[in-house]
Amino acid sequence: MEKAPELELAGSLRWMWRQLTSMRTALLLLLLLGVASIPGSLFPQRSQNPMKVEALFTSDPTLAKWMDRFKLFDVFSSPWYSAIYLLLFISLIGCVLPRTIEHLKAVGAKPPLTPKFLNKMSGYRTVATDKSEALDVAEKWLKKHHFRIRKDSNSISAEKGYLRESGNLLFHLSLILILVAVAMGSLLGMKGEAIVNLDERFINAPTSYDNLTFGKYQKEGGLIPFALTPTNFQAKYDLTTSAPQDYTLTVSVANPVGSKPVTHIIKVNQPLTFKSTKVYLQANGYSPIVTVRDKSGKITFQGPVIFLPQDANLTSTGAIKLPDMNPQIGFIGSFVPTYSRSSTRGAFSAYPNVLDPRLLLSAWKGSLGLDTGAPQSVYRLNTSKMVKIGLKQLALGESFNFGEGSITFDGWKPWVNLQIVDDPGKMYALLGAVLAILGLLASLFTRQRRIWVKIEDGVEVAGLAKNALLGLEDEITALVAELERESTK
Amino acid sequence: MSSTNYAYLSNYLVYSAMAVYTIAFFAHAIEVAFSVRNVDTKTEFDFSRTDRSGRIGTAMMILGTLLLFAGVIIRGVSAHRVPWGNMYEFSITGALAFSTAYLFGLWKFKIRWLGLPVVIAVLLTLGTAITVLYRPSAPLVPALKSTWLAIHVSAAIMSGGVFLLANCVAATYLYLDAMERKGPRKAWAERLPSLEVLDQLSYRLVAFVFPLWTFAVIAGAIWAESAWGHYWSWDPKETWAFITWVAYAAYLHARVTAGWRGRRAAWLCLFAGSTFLFNYVYINIWGTGRHTYSGL
Repeated sequence: MEKAPELELAGSLRWMWRQLTSMRTALLLLLLLGVASIPGSLFPQRSQNPMKVEALFTSDPTLAKWMDRFKLFDVFSSPWYSAIYLLLFISLIGCVLPRTIEHLKAVGAKPPLTPKFLNKMSGYRTVATDKSEALDVAEKWLKKHHFRIRKDSNSISAEKGYLRESGNLLFHLSLILILVAVAMGSLLGMKGEAIVNLDERFINAPTSYDNLTFGKYQKEGGLIPFALTPTNFQAKYDLTTSAPQDYTLTVSVANPVGSKPVTHIIKVNQPLTFKSTKVYLQANGYSPIVTVRDKSGKITFQGPVIFLPQDANLTSTGAIKLPDMNPQIGFIGSFVPTYSRSSTRGAFSAYPNVLDPRLLLSAWKGSLGLDTGAPQSVYRLNTSKMVKIGLKQLALGESFNFGEGSITFDGWKPWVNLQIVDDPGKMYALLGAVLAILGLLASLFTRQRRIWVKIEDGVEVAGLAKNALLGLEDEITALVAELERESTK
Repeated sequence: MSSTNYAYLSNYLVYSAMAVYTIAFFAHAIEVAFSVRNVDTKTEFDFSRTDRSGRIGTAMMILGTLLLFAGVIIRGVSAHRVPWGNMYEFSITGALAFSTAYLFGLWKFKIRWLGLPVVIAVLLTLGTAITVLYRPSAPLVPALKSTWLAIHVSAAIMSGGVFLLANCVAATYLYLDAMERKGPRKAWAERLPSLEVLDQLSYRLVAFVFPLWTFAVIAGAIWAESAWGHYWSWDPKETWAFITWVAYAAYLHARVTAGWRGRRAAWLCLFAGSTFLFNYVYINIWGTGRHTYSGL
C-alpha cells in the first residue's frame, strides 16, 4: 500500500526536526557561528566605521559592490548570519525544552534501580560486614550526605548531583534570555549623536540630533523630554605626550524641559542616566567664534562654528558658509588651539588645549551649491562653482578683509559630542549573563554520581561518576569505612 | 621613591625573572636530554638520574615567577594604577599568568614534563615584551579609568594563561599521537604521560577556566556599556572574544555530549586557543577597533 503524502511530509518534517536538534548539528552550527563572525572583524562594518566602508566604495567600487551584495559590511545583521544563529537557537530550544521537562520530572522521582552486576562499575568492592544491618547503616550514611535514595529489599540505589543538569539547563535557558534581550534592544531602543557647543541648549527631540536611529517598534515620541546645557568642560592632557588624562563635563539638566535645572557631571566612564536612557560623553573639539560683516559693515553672521578635530592635538577643520551674502561667500577654515609651524606640515597644533590659537581661512566666492537640493556636509565647502579670493591666518581679535566684506576671529568655544542611547533590553541581558555564569559553574563543578549497596553473597559497594570530576573513589572509601566500623561495634 | 625609580625597579625585576627563567630552561633541557642512559639502544631508562635537574628547574620556575610577580606589581605602583595599560604590561602579566597556571598544574596534576615548553614560551613572551613592546610607564587614557579595568583584564589574562597551557597539552598530545602511530615512543618521550592522561588534562584545564572566560567577556560588556554606550558593538576585539568563547563552547560540547576524544578534540582545542592568541596579537597591534591600547 502506498503511503499517504501527508504522512510522508510529516515524516520528513519529523526527520528534519530530529536532524536539527541533534548534537552533531548543534555543534556544526556553533562552529559555523564562530567562523561566520570572522569576516565581521576583518572587513569594515557599517555599524562601526561607515567612513571606511564609504572609502572602499570610492577606491574600488566593483569589489565593494560585490562585497556589499554578500552583506560583508553588515555581517552581524546579514540574513546568512541571522540564519545561523536562529537555527542554532531553534536547535537549542528543541534540545533544552524536552530535557527541562525530563529534569523536572526526575526531581520528584527515585534514582533508577540497582544494576544486576555491580562488579563492572567503578570502585567496586565487597565489604566484610554484618549483612543484616549493612543496608540501614548505608542508608543513614547516604542520607546524611544528601543522596537521594531508592531502598529495595536487598539493595540501595543512591544518586546525588542533580544540580549539574539544573545548571546545564539554566545556562542554556539564560542564553535564550540574552538573545531575547538583544532583540528587545534593537527593536525597542534608540541611539543618536549630537554635537553641542558649550552653553548651548540641547533638547531631546529628533530634530536636535546629528544622526538618530530608532528600533523597528520604537516611536519617535518615545524620547524622554529633557533639555541639557553643557556649562563647563575641562580636558586634561599630558604635557609631553598630549595623551588625554581626564575629561569632565558639567551639564545643567531640566527634565522635563522647563522644570528647575539640576547640575550633573558626565565623564567617560560615568554617563548620565534617565531610566534606561543614558547620555555619554564621546568626543570633544572646538568651535571658533567669528563675526562676518558685508561691505557696508553690517553683521551678516556672528557665532561659533563647529570644526572637526583631525589629530590628537585637535587641529580642527571646518567650513563657514554665508548663503545670504551677494555673491555667496564661503570659507575653508582650520583652527589650531596651540599654534606651531613646520616646513613640511605648515601650521599645525602642538597641544590639544588652547594656549595660542590661530584661525586659518581661505575665502571663496561664487555659488555654495545649496539650492541644488543635494545634501551637503556642513563641515566641507563645495568649491566646484567658486573661486578663491584670499588666504589669511588670524590671531585672536584680528580681522581679514576679503574684498566682499570682513571676518573677525573673536574667540572659541569647546563642543562635546554626546551619544544618547536607550536600550530597554540591557537589564535582561545582564540578568541572562549572570544566570548563565551561575548555571555554567553549577554544571561544570557539580559532581553527579551514583552509589549502590547490594546484599548478595556478601555486601557489595560500587559507584558511577557521570562526569569526569574526581571524588567518587573517596566517597566509596568513606562509605565502606563506615560499614566496617559499624560491624566492629 | 619617584615613579621613574619604581619603573626602573620593575624593569630590573623583569630582567632578573628572565635570567632565572633561563636557568630553569637549562635545568629542564638537561632533564629531558640526559634522562636516558643508553641512547643508541634506547633500552635503558633512568629518569632518576635527572630528577635533581628537574627539581632545580621547578625551583627556578617558582623563583622566576615570584620575581615577575614583583615586577608586575611595581610596574603598577610606578604608574599609580593596575599594570594593564598597554601591550608591554599585558604581555608581562600574561607571562606571569601562564607560568602561574603551569605551577598550579604542577601542584595539582604533576605536569613537570611540560616545564620545558612552558619556560620557552615564557621567555619568548618576556623577550618580545621588553624589546618590541616596551613603553615607558604612563597614566591611563580616560576610557580605561574604571574599576572594570582590574576586573575585566585580570579575568581575561588569567583565562589566557590557562588556555595556552591547555594548548601546550593538546599540542603535546598531537605530537605524541603522531609518534605513536609510527611505532613505539622515542626514548626521551617515554617519561611523558599517556595519551589518555593528556586528553583528560587539556579538557580539565578548559572546563576549569571556561566560566572565568565567560565572566571576562561579560565584565567587558558591562564596562563597554558604561564607557562606550552599548554593551556589545562587534568591535573586532569583542568579535574575536566571542569566537574564542564559541570555539571553547564547541570543544566542551564535543567532549561531553558528542563523545569526541583524542585527536579531533585536541585539534579543536588548538583551534580555540589560537583564536585567543590571534585576538591578543593581531587585533591589539593591527586592529582598528576601540581596543587599540597597545601603545605601539
